[in-house]
Amino acid sequence: MRKVAVLGMGHSEFCFNSPLTVVEMLAQVSLDAITSSNLTTKDIQAAFIGNCLTIMSEGQATIQQFAVNDMGCLNIPALRYEGACASGTIAVREAFLHVAAGHYDVVLVAGAEKVTALGTPLATRCFSMAGDSRYEFPSGYTFPAAFALLAHLYASHYNIPLPKLKEQMAHVSVQSHHYASKNPLAQLRFEITVEDVLNSFMVSTPLQLHDCCPFTDGAAAVVLATEEVAKKIYDKPCWITGVGLATSGKLSSQYRWLPRIRAREISVQQAYKMAGIGPEDVDVCELHDCFSIASLIAAESLGFFEFGTAGEAWMKGETRIEGKIPINISGGLKAKGHPVGATGISQLYHICKQLRNEMVDYGLQVEGARTGLVDTLGGDGCLCHLVVQV
Amino acid sequence: MEYRLPFKEYNKALRKGKLLGLRCNSCGAITCPPKMSCQECSGLDLEIVELSGKGSIVTFTTSYVAPQGRENELPFTIVMVQLDEGPWIMGNLIDMEPEKITFDIIGRRVKLGSRVYPGDMFSGGALARPVFSFDD
Repeated sequence: MRKVAVLGMGHSEFCFNSPLTVVEMLAQVSLDAITSSNLTTKDIQAAFIGNCLTIMSEGQATIQQFAVNDMGCLNIPALRYEGACASGTIAVREAFLHVAAGHYDVVLVAGAEKVTALGTPLATRCFSMAGDSRYEFPSGYTFPAAFALLAHLYASHYNIPLPKLKEQMAHVSVQSHHYASKNPLAQLRFEITVEDVLNSFMVSTPLQLHDCCPFTDGAAAVVLATEEVAKKIYDKPCWITGVGLATSGKLSSQYRWLPRIRAREISVQQAYKMAGIGPEDVDVCELHDCFSIASLIAAESLGFFEFGTAGEAWMKGETRIEGKIPINISGGLKAKGHPVGATGISQLYHICKQLRNEMVDYGLQVEGARTGLVDTLGGDGCLCHLVVQV
Repeated sequence: MEYRLPFKEYNKALRKGKLLGLRCNSCGAITCPPKMSCQECSGLDLEIVELSGKGSIVTFTTSYVAPQGRENELPFTIVMVQLDEGPWIMGNLIDMEPEKITFDIIGRRVKLGSRVYPGDMFSGGALARPVFSFDD
């Protein structure tokens, strides 16, 4: 296997109601990634696109062909990866494998989504398509409902009184908003309090509005290349040193493990093993906090905290910049935003910015960060992980 | 290879209030909802069995936001039930006003009935769904 570097990157502002189409958003961030890599569109040998819902939001299939043509990468192989909310991370892993295996030397990975124009009812319907459509959707199963079921199960399984768990979950959202308020790319750039969370609209018990990430429009892109290319043209590469991907079936079929997500534990162990590290070596992590409870479940499965204790860790500040393991310093999905197909690439972007020491000006730099972890969950069980190092 | 219990048959039985599952002839585990393979050992030698439809609530949520076209159902309560035969299935709790449901319903005994979700443009027709009422 060859070493694979992350070179230049691009990232749109995450927002409601982007004035651009999905193709336009992809083209814009991709050109930022390509030009900041000191490359031109002619150097890109293949493109790996993360996108989930553009068939629904713009009536546009095969977005990858239109996107690469629009940006001027003519006639190259272009592929679209769909793993619901993990689509972007899965695209990165695929691109990594192709470069590592020697199929390509320089590739583009880009992800985008435009869902806010769907409105909440249709967007909720579309997102629910990543749950089981035959056996579970008939009960009114949505993603807030999925994590709400897990939240009550978590309280019951670990014997945590619900009001205490709710307070812990609220602290997750408060931290994410605090950091997002300093991130110019974030969608929700304002602070909230524990009281704001606990007084917000009830979405699906016990999850309230501020336990949930927003719908978001946005895009992000990176160029991946071999060590040989990286050394010639780029002075601050980050290295993808481990990847993982695992899947599972419908939520009810995971009954032996819930509230733990078994596929996450399998996937992250693949990534740790490939990189030759363990959770104690991770300096900064971007994890999939689509809902506040999802952060607790993820952080435990990634090996940062004992099962049932992650909420206390958030309350004690162990996940803050200066804490034991800084988590979602970008603002996370909760406050930076969650444009499905772009999410994993945005997580990678923010990890690379940390490893390059480029978050200092925003007051968001984790000092001396050299190893980062990306954790992304799609649907009921496409779990994907990236270990990135400098 | 034959698909032992396709959705169509499971759905037809559920509409009549009958819950079908699969017993694995290799490990003895019950799989429900059905799959091609045993959800415990991936064995393929499965036989169709009718399940009791009785079990206990393991978790729940009452939703106040619906997918498009289902706003008229709000609020509704989703429960995950551990069947006496072992597997978990998802359904709706119908015995209590959704707003009044609290954490202490976890562990309550329930029995299965069924209702039909009429479907939308994506669902490929009407779909039966398990509904549960208290049995304790």
